Amino acid sequence: MRVIAAMSGGVDSAVAAARAVDAGHEVTGIHLALSRNPRSYRTGARGCCTVEDANDARRAADVIGIPFYVWDLSERFHEDVVEDFVSEYAAGRTPNPCLRCNEKIKFAAVLDRAVALGYDAVATGHYARLRTGPDGRTELHRAADLAKDQSYVLGVLTQEQLAHSLFPLGETPKPEVRAEAALRGISVAAKPDSHDICFISDGDTGGWLSEKLTAVARSGSIVGSDGEELGTHEGSWRYTVGQRRGLRLGRPAADGRPRYVLDIEPVTGTVTVGSREELAMDGLVGAAPRWCGAPPEGALSCTVQLRAHGEEHRAVLTVTGSGVDVELLEPASGIAPGQAVVAYDGSRVVGSATIVSTRRCDHP
Amino acid sequence: MTVYLDHAATTPISPRAAAAMTELLGRVGNASSLHASGRSARRVVEESRERIAGALGCRPGEVVFTSGGTEADNLAIKGLFWSRRAEDPRRTRILSTPVEHHAVLDPLHWLATEGADVELVRVDRLGRLDVEAFREAVGRDPESVALVTVMWANNEVGTVQPVREVVEVAHAHGIPVHTDAVQALGQLPLDFAGSDVDAMTVTGHKVGGPYGVGALVVRRELQPTALLHGGGQERDIRSGTIDPPAIAGFAVACEEAVARQPELARRLSGLRDALVAGVLREVPDAIFNGDPDPGPTHRLPGNAHLEFPGCEGDSLLMLLDARGIECSTGSACDAGVPQASHVLLAMGSSEEFARSSLRFSLGHTSTQADVDALLEAIGPVVARARNAALAGRPRG
Repeated sequence: MRVIAAMSGGVDSAVAAARAVDAGHEVTGIHLALSRNPRSYRTGARGCCTVEDANDARRAADVIGIPFYVWDLSERFHEDVVEDFVSEYAAGRTPNPCLRCNEKIKFAAVLDRAVALGYDAVATGHYARLRTGPDGRTELHRAADLAKDQSYVLGVLTQEQLAHSLFPLGETPKPEVRAEAALRGISVAAKPDSHDICFISDGDTGGWLSEKLTAVARSGSIVGSDGEELGTHEGSWRYTVGQRRGLRLGRPAADGRPRYVLDIEPVTGTVTVGSREELAMDGLVGAAPRWCGAPPEGALSCTVQLRAHGEEHRAVLTVTGSGVDVELLEPASGIAPGQAVVAYDGSRVVGSATIVSTRRCDHP
Repeated sequence: MTVYLDHAATTPISPRAAAAMTELLGRVGNASSLHASGRSARRVVEESRERIAGALGCRPGEVVFTSGGTEADNLAIKGLFWSRRAEDPRRTRILSTPVEHHAVLDPLHWLATEGADVELVRVDRLGRLDVEAFREAVGRDPESVALVTVMWANNEVGTVQPVREVVEVAHAHGIPVHTDAVQALGQLPLDFAGSDVDAMTVTGHKVGGPYGVGALVVRRELQPTALLHGGGQERDIRSGTIDPPAIAGFAVACEEAVARQPELARRLSGLRDALVAGVLREVPDAIFNGDPDPGPTHRLPGNAHLEFPGCEGDSLLMLLDARGIECSTGSACDAGVPQASHVLLAMGSSEEFARSSLRFSLGHTSTQADVDALLEAIGPVVARARNAALAGRPRG
């Protein structure tokens, strides 16, 4: 096949590109320019978006021996990922920009352009596995290395997108990928793993958002679940449902136990806090579902993952008119609207939806 | 086989230049040393200087060797600004154009942060300086102009600038004129003394010479302030151990380029016209940018700059590259992040149009077979790139 390898400048995507070459594909490396004004050097552990990362990607492509180009997708990235991120926070939700980037950029804008230019697939360094199912469809499965598994942020991909994807690292533990990079002479082998949000260069999400969220209340009350005012804050976007640290409440709760963010109301700026029990949810509603195959019929017994690197919960999922309803068989805490619910059947991704609301457990 | 259509970026080295360099690489001798080996190295450098001076129509003492075009531009602009302002503190203005190479624009932008008043006088839709606007800009306060810098010919769209008129206007007020002639050397007739400019940038690798060597030709009565301080090897304007093999290679290539220039210009004009006509035949809605008049005061003979509406320039480049055809998007490529060309934007092009163009540049090794190969590929490549541009639009 003719394959586009998306190369961030990190070790994973470089090894993925090299493995695609070994598999006999005709591979072209590309680096996505996602910012119009990239910084020259990496700071901290961000894995893309600087000129240094583009140079690392180019150097890896040279070592692998494949052509390499930079594709400027900064406009699309800004519209589809950065603006979405800001508006989700403005609505009091907690978005996952990596998932949005996979949905709108890597496996949409890049894939569409690649196919139009005569390529058959896009290869990335994501840790996930693709298999051909009994019905001939492409199935997405968790990676062999569960600690690195990234199927959650790929759960938004459709059958068509998966059929044009390659994840060459899905079977391999991360330490082996690093060792392989060193053996192949890819000099980024020692580079740290990337984390945090790539477009927030100093890692201060709250500070970054406070510059963007001009229409949102700059301050507000922190209230208990009974409505009593417990304190104030400087921007509701600094909070996530389930958050415990950094609430800075003046006085302890009556029962002396820790309090958690239960709800964020961005228009009034009210942040509601309560006990751990009050955080427990036994159901949720998801919107804009995407299915890796046919939508499930009737109630589906499955497991669900509710945040990146989160644990699995046993659940029953039902497709409704506009989305999905998920009943959790054991209560889960800290489910943040805006995150995705990804449903699994064993290791296989069934589909995903964006969490829009949650149901609190009835508790005494 | 590679079809190389990017001579404006760099040119294949001349075999005679390579041979001259190879022979010298094995020799010891610092051209500043007083012993026999030093004298031998110095002789190579001074003979090369004389040959370059002969080719460029200047005196040997006016040739200051540098590490290339960028350094020569920086030396001319910063050096002359500093020395002219030191003579008279009222001289704070620098006049130039918005279509200069980054090696000129970036020093200007930097000087603007150091107290210079930089004025980029407008160009017309062909990319040519508006001489009346320039005359007006000088006339507003001639005493305050430290220097003028206007390129001889544009590296992207090939437009030749009215350097003679610029010199007339500037010299009427005693203002020195620098010109970046990197693209012009070997393609257009170039005569330093005859042109009356005061400083001129040239470089080796654009004319079949080696990388990393160039020169600022600068009148002896002008003394730009040095950028590099040290041994003062080049007229005390430029320090650094002199590189005899590179300079010898540059001299051979420069002499060859000037000797063959009239014939090369004729040949390249013909090839370029065939290329443009052929592309317009294969892609009828393509647009030929820059000055359509092929004359030596209008356009570089080897330059063909074309816009392909509905295509991304980088898709076209990638698809041609896959077929062994090498060209340029003609845009400044800052570490691989493509930006819309400042030249096209200054000519009044929209950002979208600016990003849909390619520069094909012909030079001393170009042949009809190169043009034929491009014409065979361009139709399907444009069709495919158009699909990709449509696919790149956001999904519903």
